[in-house]
Amino acid sequence: MSNASRSVSLYHRLVVWLLFLILLLPLAATLLYSLATQWSATLLPSGLTLKWYAALWSDSRFLIAFGHSLVVCVGALLLAIFLVLPLMFVIAYHFPRLDALMNVLILLPFAVPPVVSSVGLLQLYAGGPLPLIGTPWILIGCYFTIALPFMYRAISNNLQALNVHDLMDAAHLLGASTFRAALLVVLPNLRKGLMVALFLSFSFLIGEFVFANILVGARYETLQVYLYNMRNGSGHFTSALVISYFLVVLIVTWAASGLSRDKS
Amino acid sequence: MKGKWLATLCLLPFLIFFCAFQIAPLIWIAVNSLKSLDGWGLGNFSEILGSPFYRQAMRFSLEISVWSSVLGLLIAVLGSYSLRQVDSRLRDFVTAFANMTSNFAGVPLAFAFIILLGFNGCLTLLLKQAGLIEDFNLYSKNGLILIYTYFQIPLGVLLLYPAFDALREDWREAASLLGASTWHFWRHIGLPVLTPALLGTFIILLANALGAYATVYALTTGNFNVVPVRIAALVSGDIFLDPNLASALAMLLVILMTVITFTHQWLLRRSYHVKR
Repeated sequence: MSNASRSVSLYHRLVVWLLFLILLLPLAATLLYSLATQWSATLLPSGLTLKWYAALWSDSRFLIAFGHSLVVCVGALLLAIFLVLPLMFVIAYHFPRLDALMNVLILLPFAVPPVVSSVGLLQLYAGGPLPLIGTPWILIGCYFTIALPFMYRAISNNLQALNVHDLMDAAHLLGASTFRAALLVVLPNLRKGLMVALFLSFSFLIGEFVFANILVGARYETLQVYLYNMRNGSGHFTSALVISYFLVVLIVTWAASGLSRDKS
Repeated sequence: MKGKWLATLCLLPFLIFFCAFQIAPLIWIAVNSLKSLDGWGLGNFSEILGSPFYRQAMRFSLEISVWSSVLGLLIAVLGSYSLRQVDSRLRDFVTAFANMTSNFAGVPLAFAFIILLGFNGCLTLLLKQAGLIEDFNLYSKNGLILIYTYFQIPLGVLLLYPAFDALREDWREAASLLGASTWHFWRHIGLPVLTPALLGTFIILLANALGAYATVYALTTGNFNVVPVRIAALVSGDIFLDPNLASALAMLLVILMTVITFTHQWLLRRSYHVKR
């Protein structure tokens, strides 16, 4: 290796490490803070302890909020599976032309930020026939729209790689009904792509704050709203909360990337 | 024929939910933005555009979004280009880490930044002791640009990384055989090939920053004047509520985002690495 190319490769390694450090810095500071007995006006904490984590994980309000978040996220993902899978199958098998329309529709959750949607949602569901404001149901519906573009793209890539018509024809020849064929032949082929999409959707749904705070707030406190409401408490305690939350996200994204590596 | 009917029936539940939670709120906003105390018309819009307070919110929103997108893009370009040149173990590790930190936004990020760069943050103290800064106010416009830039970086890296596929190593060799310097290569080959991807990423980052609410709300408890904070304050604040004015402000944001999204789709179609 020549001198010039060695210095070029050193430059690239340096840039990548710098990028890593920038991304790591806030997390590392929070981790250290969550482990510190006391840390004020000095460069480093005066001692290390796990008491903030113990306090957090024995706080019933935290556990309830965590449970609420799980209920809402899992509920939204189940709803998304239930709504999107039949839709995608029908589009791939019967109406391939609708795919173009769907590709425009799934841009909507992206072009309309949650803070905008919640203006209309607050007025539409505050009373009347569907008083959903303040209940977890409205969050399940809204989180479905957030996860939709992501799930649609993942499943649609997967379906395109599969030859749905040939699979269905073969199943029909062997005497299966369309419903049986879709459930027992097409669905198992989509399982891995679907699981990856679900894990990744979960990891960002559990971090959702805007809908949860504006539409529901303290009436059904989720993890993020709880975190926000604890802002005036001890910084060490909230740091332990941030790190615990991040660990959950870490485990979920790690599982997703493990799954997608399996696939390839 | 029966199959087609059943198939159409399968579309129905999706349509109902999508309309209820996505389309209906949007229509409600569009209609009510045109309604004000003195009847139908563009009164809400002219009130917003005539008010220095809302104009300031728009200016701050745009300034923070544009600056954080430019800075985030710059760091992402340098980072993702270098990521391609290092060995695969380091690359996979840092890419996976960037993937994870892309979920590190909103309230937790605001708290992390307070610990790092708040008035008594450890980095603030470190830099003050080193004499590098006089003071740093995280809760100001510059502070917000910094924290927005942080959450733009992982997104930028993840979006730009595949775009560098378009740049083939043999072009660089061919260019240097023909006598081009590194600068010539980037000026005449590298940048033109990457331009659609760069613009597309910039636009996504811009939209991401314009709609961001959780970070700024958690950091300043809604005391910093940007458009999303104003919208939320008009429907769920505790001083005065005006859903119609909120709708008009929201419509302005939606129009801006729609233009941005369509420009992005258009650029995506022209982009080099998609066509290949």
